Amino acid sequence: MSRFAMVIDTHRCVGCQDCVVACKTENNVPEGYTRDWIAEEVHGEFPTLHLELRSERCNHCSNPPCVACCPTGASHVHPLGGVVLVSHDLCIGCKACLAACPYDARFIHPDGYADKCTFCIHRVERGLDPACVSVCPAHCMHFGDLDDPRSEVSRLLASRNHHALLPEAGTNPNIFYLT
Amino acid sequence: MTELTYTRHNPLIDPIFHVWEWQIPVYLFLGGLVGGLMIIAGIRLLVLRPNRREALVCCTLGPLIGLAALSLGMFSLFLDLGHKLHVWRLYTTFQVTSPMSWGSWILLLVYPALAANALAHLPEAIPALASRFPALVKISDFILARPRLVLFAGLTNTALGAALGIYTGILLSTLGGRPLWNSAVLGPLFLFSGLSTAAALLHGILVLTMPSGERPAFADFLLSALARMTQARPLDPAAAPILASADNSFLTVEVSLLGLFLLGHVTSTAVHHRAAGLLLTGPYAAPFWVLVVGLGIAMPLLLQTLELAHRIRHTLAPSLLVMFGGFALRVILVSAGQASRWFEALN
Repeated sequence: MSRFAMVIDTHRCVGCQDCVVACKTENNVPEGYTRDWIAEEVHGEFPTLHLELRSERCNHCSNPPCVACCPTGASHVHPLGGVVLVSHDLCIGCKACLAACPYDARFIHPDGYADKCTFCIHRVERGLDPACVSVCPAHCMHFGDLDDPRSEVSRLLASRNHHALLPEAGTNPNIFYLT
Repeated sequence: MTELTYTRHNPLIDPIFHVWEWQIPVYLFLGGLVGGLMIIAGIRLLVLRPNRREALVCCTLGPLIGLAALSLGMFSLFLDLGHKLHVWRLYTTFQVTSPMSWGSWILLLVYPALAANALAHLPEAIPALASRFPALVKISDFILARPRLVLFAGLTNTALGAALGIYTGILLSTLGGRPLWNSAVLGPLFLFSGLSTAAALLHGILVLTMPSGERPAFADFLLSALARMTQARPLDPAAAPILASADNSFLTVEVSLLGLFLLGHVTSTAVHHRAAGLLLTGPYAAPFWVLVVGLGIAMPLLLQTLELAHRIRHTLAPSLLVMFGGFALRVILVSAGQASRWFEALN
């Protein structure tokens, strides 16, 4: 078994949005929509402010609420790496998965079906990194198998402080941010 | 201080999540109404004396209206789908963890159950229809001659009505991404709201058909036209107090469940506390307290209590208010639920 994850170094990310452009180009994401985006979180009190830039997308949760609520089985977990995918032919566009996702990572494609990040499964199956990871000029994004202790993502998580988004939601997200 | 800014601007998602519009509240309202009509008609069928005219409004008109309302509700749900031509995919699988999958199969079973309930007494309720379609008489005779079949139809209607009513709430409560909906109380709340709207609808029909001196003047024309067309047997206004009394009970349970729903959120996590704030002090507070609690529950409770105490005449007002309140409850909960979110700030 494998469990794909993405580790993003927030100290290196400059919010350039190359990952966003690469995803749109690679996956032919329609104009006005996006599968990944940049979040800019500022906290603290002036002058001791802290800024964190994050490249965000579907968290490919190990406990995905979008899969549990899907009435047709269109939302499913791919056997390769536990990637959460949507079968466009099975999707009826009921939007239950959109409402179930606490990260608001999904949207309705103009053709009517639910759409989201696929971890570029078509590239990963050929041994390539997802498009966003492969173009990052700051080299802040890493992709790999969490179940392999020798993988880059496992080593980074073992050696650096990190956090995931909304762990309290109980979805067990597989995107981690190094801090 | 925490400030969160996104570069994402996906339609229907940003800046405020609003993927469901009027179609879903309409479907949830009509689904709850049909669930309530099925329970009332099912119970009435189980304890029915066939010669009692009051049975007609519950066991014939109720399911007939239910069939129409359910079809309208399903059409509304269909209109909401993004991938409409793929709707048949719902019936090629059964997803045990998906309330929507449960609901789609329940809806399929509801039609024959409602039809059986309506057909049992249809010929005596609407003789004109029976004389035009003699098969209806045969079906009615077939059902009524078999007490076990009547018992089965009654039980099935009651069970499926409860399942349908609860499902409309569970559908929302399992969608974990919207904190306001994360409450098991939502299922029973929608069930009792559906029961109250169903009782109010039947009560309203009885008020319309009361003796000419007691009913609203505008109903005269409507009734005489309908009576000419259908040769329908007049309804028994004696059932009006029973339905008004039942409606008061349902409304009392509903307001208690609403209290529990809000209490559960306020005493839960900060995320859920903030979500409840949308209804308690936030942008949805005024419509919620005025339209749902005030006009939809408190006012009809008061009016029906006065009716039952013979202090005022039975009027259409409480029926209309309860149905309006039931619809407003769904509109506000669907809208406010979508506005509630796990992240504190957006854009």
